[in-house]
Amino acid sequence: MTAALRFDPIRLPPECEELRKEVRAFLADEIAAGTFDPHKPQREDSDAPEFSRRVGERGWLGMTWPKKYGGHERSFLERYVVTEEMRVANAPTRRFFVADRQSGPVLLKYAPEHIKMDILPRICRGEVCFAIGMSEPNSGSDLFAAKTKATKTDGGWLINGSKIWTTSAHIADYMIAIFRTSPPTKENRRHGLTQFLVDMKTPGITVNPIAQITGQYEFNEVVFQDAFVPDDHVLGEIDGAWKQATSELAYERSGPERFLETYYVLTELVRATGPNPDTRSAEGIGRLVAQLHTMRRMSVSVAGMLQAGKEPVVEASIVKDIGTIWEQQLPHRVRELAAFVDVDPLNHPTLDEQLAFATKLAPKLTIQGGTTEVLRGIIARGLGLR
Amino acid sequence: MTESDNIVAETAERIFTDLADAQTINNSKDASWKAPLWSALTEAGLPLSWVPEDCDGSGASIADGFSVLNSAGRFGIAVPLAETMLAGWLLAQAKIASPPDAMTVAPASPRDRITLNADDTLSGRARGVPFARDVKHIAVLATGAEGSSIALVDAAQCKIAAGLNLAGDASDTVNFDKVKPIAVKPAQKGFDQTSLMLMGGVARSLQIAGSLETMLDVSVRYSNERVAFEKKISKFQAVQHNLAKLAGEAAAALAAASSAADAVANSTAFDESIFLEAAAAKIRCAEAAEKGAAIAHQVHGAIGFTKEHILHRYTMRALAWREDFGNESHWAVELGKLVAARGADELWPLVASR
Ligand SMILES: Cc1cc2nc3c(=O)[nH]c(=O)nc-3n(C[C@H](O)[C@H](O)[C@H](O)COP(=O)(O)OP(=O)(O)OC[C@H]3O[C@@H](n4cnc5c(N)ncnc54)[C@H](O)[C@@H]3O)c2cc1C
Repeated sequence: MTAALRFDPIRLPPECEELRKEVRAFLADEIAAGTFDPHKPQREDSDAPEFSRRVGERGWLGMTWPKKYGGHERSFLERYVVTEEMRVANAPTRRFFVADRQSGPVLLKYAPEHIKMDILPRICRGEVCFAIGMSEPNSGSDLFAAKTKATKTDGGWLINGSKIWTTSAHIADYMIAIFRTSPPTKENRRHGLTQFLVDMKTPGITVNPIAQITGQYEFNEVVFQDAFVPDDHVLGEIDGAWKQATSELAYERSGPERFLETYYVLTELVRATGPNPDTRSAEGIGRLVAQLHTMRRMSVSVAGMLQAGKEPVVEASIVKDIGTIWEQQLPHRVRELAAFVDVDPLNHPTLDEQLAFATKLAPKLTIQGGTTEVLRGIIARGLGLR
Repeated sequence: MTESDNIVAETAERIFTDLADAQTINNSKDASWKAPLWSALTEAGLPLSWVPEDCDGSGASIADGFSVLNSAGRFGIAVPLAETMLAGWLLAQAKIASPPDAMTVAPASPRDRITLNADDTLSGRARGVPFARDVKHIAVLATGAEGSSIALVDAAQCKIAAGLNLAGDASDTVNFDKVKPIAVKPAQKGFDQTSLMLMGGVARSLQIAGSLETMLDVSVRYSNERVAFEKKISKFQAVQHNLAKLAGEAAAALAAASSAADAVANSTAFDESIFLEAAAAKIRCAEAAEKGAAIAHQVHGAIGFTKEHILHRYTMRALAWREDFGNESHWAVELGKLVAARGADELWPLVASR
């Protein structure tokens, strides 16, 4: 076989099911207390600092990290359960999601000890929000075209330039960003970028909101004018950020959030269709459920590989490719299936509202975090084609 | 399941490599390759993998048997191996001993039913029965006044109308006209035609997944050899992206089928969770067969459209296997009904339970 794909049928161990019950009970309490409405994914204000703290108190942030940094040394599979239950419930996870999934692991790997001791426990307590500063006006898929500059100065670096599409920059305490510290070399155009930890309260940083077609306020332009970043905030090798990017991808690309983003429209379709669907509706629902089940089994399998210490980059990219296209098409499929459904007027507004929101949101799903084309390039490389 | 982690699958893989080389079979003008392959498989006890030793089988585990079928799919095997395994398994459900030769199972479609008459004879018609004309015996799931029964039938007692599936393998209509079975016994409580369809569906899903793995393999290799516009076609981004999609379909099929196989292997009853796993696997594998075969052919250009090339051995079989033991439309309707009956708020708990 040129391409040995592995998707072992990993099952979640029994402790995960206990945990699932706890998470569901917790979310039910939060819903009852009015923290959020599970039927309203389009919620205006999804920053919920108090909720974030309570999630931290339950021990559901930094679950896989060492105890000495406030983590809980639990498995990726346990983290998986928490993530999927939160996502399906439409819980307001924005404040902690990026920190817990992505930024924390980067700090664990590359930050100096005193910074780890300072920040990681706060992530685990749900107190800090992170943003990712990769994209720039002229650098998206081509990450290595980034120009925002870090210039060496006494005791640190001065940052000048701008990042764009920065999710949560307006509520973030920190950003993990890549800046140009040297020009690229002839032999390696990826050379010259360095990863930094940036305190968003640093003077010289301005955050400008960018409105989205859904009407949500999610991403921003972030402008740096002589913003000072101290030396100990360099993450990893100077000029060598390109070596650090790939291992992040497996974590970022295969989670349940990569196919559950519009899941609510499927639930509402089933509700609207009722217990006795006609053949067309039944077949449509059956296919969607089969596809969903399959992606989840693939995604759990990747989580199992991560737990086993592997780096399933290709498998993870496959999950994201298939998953994001599915969640993008889902509102359109649901719309077709709902076309002849004689709906209960009590449910109809929910389905209609959710469909409208999901349809507007759908285009971003195959762009954020690496476009479909970029993912397919990675898969193709894994197949030995490039 | 790609790694041969058990000796049964390794044995099968070795026999397929030695005696079922796709190019050799494709080149041969007759069916002379079949006999040596079948006798090697029989000698290794593979056709009766799922028959316990006290029913004259080799008593391999359900999981091992499924690995063999995944491997058979990778080799595009066109002898009644899956069918004999399923037949032996079905007979064992009623403790009926298996005869030593090739068998098949009926019905092979959820739309057909065979009736057990009061005088213990069988009536009815089963369409799309794989290899019916090539086998000595048929294991039958029949429905009578007392519920489901399992019977062993001499194929010569049935009227068999020959048919072919997309791959040119026998797919026949079997007429049971008051046929007297060799043996007939009631099935265990809870075991019915749906159980047989689910088991057959998982078998076919693994075969489809295997064939997709090979389609990917063959297509990637070809793209690294074929030159157009002075470049290997694997260097064109459009080709790369098509192959990446094919990899995704192969991966999805493999994941769905392996998961369903694992579920069946670790369960004692065909309950709701097996229903979800097996139905989903058949649906998703059938969808993957359609998308994957189209890409594999596209990458190959005209050469893949020829009889001489081996590609059709995998693509047409994967497409043909979609039909057996309930096609994707059938299972989608059944799964959709189940989901609807459980209600909207029970959908996620069902998915998350697997
Ligand atoms: C909702 C949302 C949130 C985001 N949040 C963040 C964030 O928090 N932080 C951050 O840094 N970024 C963020 N992004 C930006 C995101 O990472 C980029 O949008 C993405 O990487 C694509 O870059 P681009 O938009 O510049 O498109 P481009 O790179 O200009 O691509 C445009 C089109 O060209 C295609 N293309 C580009 N190069 C190739 C190639 N080599 N081969 C084939 N096709 C190609 C792309 O696939 C795409 O279809 C966010 C984006 C969205 C939509």
